Formats: sequence, structure tokens, C-alpha cells
Amino acid sequence: MDSPARSGPHTLTAMPEPTHDDPTIARLRAEFGDAVLETHAHRGDVTAVIRADRYRDAVRLLRDDPECDYDFLTDLAGWDRLKLRQTPRFEVVLHLYSLSRNARFRLKTRPEDNAEPVLDSIVDIYPAANWPEREVYDMFGIRFTGHPNLKRILMYEGFEGHPLRKDYPFNKRQPRVVEREIPDDRPGMIF
Amino acid sequence: MAVSGGGPGFFTSRLSDGIAWARKWSLFPYPFVTACCGMEYMSVSSAHYDLDRFGAAWPRFTPRQADMLLVVGTISHKMAPVLRMVYEQMCDPKWVVAFGVCTCTGGFYDNYATVQGIDRIIPVDCYIPGCPPRPETVLDALMKLQAKIQKQRHGLTGPVRPAHTDSNA
Repeated sequence: MDSPARSGPHTLTAMPEPTHDDPTIARLRAEFGDAVLETHAHRGDVTAVIRADRYRDAVRLLRDDPECDYDFLTDLAGWDRLKLRQTPRFEVVLHLYSLSRNARFRLKTRPEDNAEPVLDSIVDIYPAANWPEREVYDMFGIRFTGHPNLKRILMYEGFEGHPLRKDYPFNKRQPRVVEREIPDDRPGMIF
Repeated sequence: MAVSGGGPGFFTSRLSDGIAWARKWSLFPYPFVTACCGMEYMSVSSAHYDLDRFGAAWPRFTPRQADMLLVVGTISHKMAPVLRMVYEQMCDPKWVVAFGVCTCTGGFYDNYATVQGIDRIIPVDCYIPGCPPRPETVLDALMKLQAKIQKQRHGLTGPVRPAHTDSNA
């Protein structure tokens, strides 16, 4: 099944590539059915979007199934689709790699709640997800339930908010030391 | 400054000028290197550009033995208290050089993480623009800092004025 037609300002210009013959997609569809919300491919890179409640099961299948055997977590990232006016707002992206098959796969999932997004942690499946999940929590405020040590990893203690959320003001600063007054030597000048 | 001929020497110039002369030719830099400008700092501090000509070649990796704080690279808000503590640990007289545009103004990092110029945290004597600055620019800044030090007055000849409040540069 191909990805559904996209609409809005961010329509892909590239021709959608078929994904129905991809063995990993077939495996996911056989196992999870409707929970596979969307699939697409671009120049051989295959992506599936899985419903959040089957996210852990899908990750476990991708790692453990001998036909999939994605034994290496390349990266785990998040992003905020607020400005795209899409819902659910947040998306978490996994890049997986299979050393034995030399194959790559991208798995996405969307935590339901836009205000307080919560997602299952996969640290017990891929230990390499530990720090990336902390980073996603730090930057986007997605809470990973079951994470052994979910606290900020980049920003400092006392930092309020999550800076990569699109509604975080781009010019908001939270200095840790009291800043000196810098006299405005060219008042009215806009830089 | 000159020393008279055969006998025991004496300063024919003012004491403050002599002390300033000694200071400006024996700067001990503390390189506070956080980012890519450090590459250019390594280039400057290597033999090709020969900072020993200015007496400023020997980096002291403790602020207590340094008198020139070279802030080289982007300073984040997370790093700001560390930079301030390093500055406060230095003994007077001390001078601060902002090396590269990130330390001067934050550069193009106009974002949640970056201090928009280290002069919001500590006083700065000399700003070096560039991303990164060429070694020649750094040498130019070093000579300008020397000129500034030469003009600064010493406490022995009058009321003590902290170096960083002296604005005649």
C-alpha cells in the first residue's frame, strides 16, 4: 500500500515510490495491521509510521525478527510539526540499521497528547536510546515512560520549557549569571 | 624608557610607563577555548606566527597565573558561570580578549543557548572579529591591547584604578 496523497504546503515533489514489496513493511503490516498508519519510500529509504500504542512492539519486532534483524539503532530524534498544522503535533523518528543485511529502516511514531506528549521508552530494547531519549525529552518535552534516568541532558538545571518546540520564543534567553547592562550606543537601530 | 649609561640605572621616564612597558611585553594568556576558533588560536600560538615576539606565547593553564584571558569560541549560557569564575580567579591586573565573533556578539548563534557577547558577563578589553579571525587579525589585536596597556596607569603613581575600567584605548 502506498502512502496516502499529501496535501497542504509541504507536498512532496518526488514521485512516491512503492513500498508494498518491501519485506519489512510486509512484516509490520502482517503483525500490526491498521496500527501501521502510513508507509513511504524515497530513493530506497523505507519509512513506516506506527501507532504509538504498538510502538514498543514494533521496535521489538524489528530487532528480534530474523527477517528484519535491525540490530543497530543509528539515531532517535524528535520533531515538532506545529508549524505544519499537523496533529498529533510531535513525531519521534528512529533510524535503524541491520548489520547482517546491510539494510536501513526508518520508524516513526506520534505521541497522542499535544500538550503533554508521552511515549514508551525503548531503552530496554536498544540501550543506545538512553541519551537520545533524554535529548528528545530535553528539547521537546516528550516524556518516555520506563526510561531509567529521564532528566535533561543538554540544557542546565532550572531551564524552563523545551527550546526546540516551535512555540518557544526564538529570542528567549534564560541566563544563569546576571548579565551586565550593555548601553545602547545606537538607540533606534534595528539589528 | 631608558637606562642611563655606566652607573646604577634609573628610570628617566615615569614609573607608570615603565611598569606598563613591562606588563605589555610579558602577557601570560589563559586560553579559554570552547569552539572552532581554537583551531585558529593554535595556528596563532604556533611557531609560524611566533607570539614570543610579543612576550605572550606561554599559555598558563590556570587563571591564577595568567593576566590575559583569551576567550576563544562560543559561550553558552551553561558555560557562562564557569567563564565568570575563571575571570574572577585571575589576579589584577588582567585583560580580556574576545576572540572571534561568537565571543564578541554571539555571532550567528542568535538562539536560546548562546550568550550574546561575553561582555554581558565580564568586561572585555579587546574584540577580535572574524569567523574565525585570521592570525594576522589576532596579532593586530594583541598590538592594540599592548597599546592600551601602555596607556593604563599604575596604582603606585596615583589612585588604584582597576585595569578593566580604564577606557582610554
